[in-house]
Amino acid sequence: MSVVEKAVNLLRDRLGEDVQEVITFRDQTTVVLESSAIVNACTLLRDHAEFDFLAALTAVDYWPEEPRFKIVYQLYSLPQKVFLGLNVFISSEDAELPTMETVFPNANWHEREIFDMFGISFEGHSDLRRIIMPHDWQGHPLRKDYPLGYEEVQFTFNFDEIDRRKPYAKE
Amino acid sequence: MGIESKLGNLGIVTTTLEQVVNWSRTRAMWPMLFGLACCAIEMMAAQSADYDMSRFGMELMRASPRQSDLMIVAGRVTRKMAPVLRRLYDQMPDPKWVVAMGDCCSCGGVFNNYAVVPGVDEIVPVDVYVAGCPPRPEGLIHGILTLHEKVMGEKIKDYA
Repeated sequence: MSVVEKAVNLLRDRLGEDVQEVITFRDQTTVVLESSAIVNACTLLRDHAEFDFLAALTAVDYWPEEPRFKIVYQLYSLPQKVFLGLNVFISSEDAELPTMETVFPNANWHEREIFDMFGISFEGHSDLRRIIMPHDWQGHPLRKDYPLGYEEVQFTFNFDEIDRRKPYAKE
Repeated sequence: MGIESKLGNLGIVTTTLEQVVNWSRTRAMWPMLFGLACCAIEMMAAQSADYDMSRFGMELMRASPRQSDLMIVAGRVTRKMAPVLRRLYDQMPDPKWVVAMGDCCSCGGVFNNYAVVPGVDEIVPVDVYVAGCPPRPEGLIHGILTLHEKVMGEKIKDYA
């Protein structure tokens, strides 16, 4: 049995109902979990299945479908050289998750980025503040209902009208 | 210029104060290191051996705004960096000039979103815009020479 299959069986034994499904696609395995069991699952994988490296931690916004956000964890096993993905679905009213910082310390900045870009807060995080946008920015840019924020392109036919509106700097 | 023909080889030149001041300002203009993104590589290439900017007087680039006269904004300016840029511009002593190098600081470049300021002329007044993504070192040098021409044409009535 491969390393990944052993890890998935370990999760199924210990977590039971919390493992919602297991997707295998072209030798990538992804386990979909309940949001309450994710810290437990990562601790188990780190301690008993040699998955000691959190390679990626991002989120996806599926607005307007519910559940709205999918948080994606990619764990990598350095001794065995395999990846395992974990997905957690959460809805927009309850956009909160327990933090992964105690299990993998590099999740600190990843979770700050998710908070900045999507507005999902992590309970127990030591320093949850914006990391990419300015600290007093309103809104979460990578949500699907956030405006694109572009300005109209200045061609020759509308050069003068845009020129009048553009806030040029004074001395 | 009549007096020179009388003085012959005494080594005296007559000129106006305006021309002397402008000439000395162009020949020893020190740029401030403000490479933000990819255009910084081309700025470094223009400063180094093959396309030398030291032959135009820009012998060294000062990292401190208090000791420089020219700010070459090289690269895209994000909304988070914009107040910092303005503060550094304010810390430069007069006379100072700004060259917007590249497309991203002239007009936003390829970016048209919430994070990039579309044109650094919304933050600081720009004298010369250099187009290109990134502009070749020769392009930047052409921009510097255009700035030199602009400074040589400045009138002393405006600043004195």
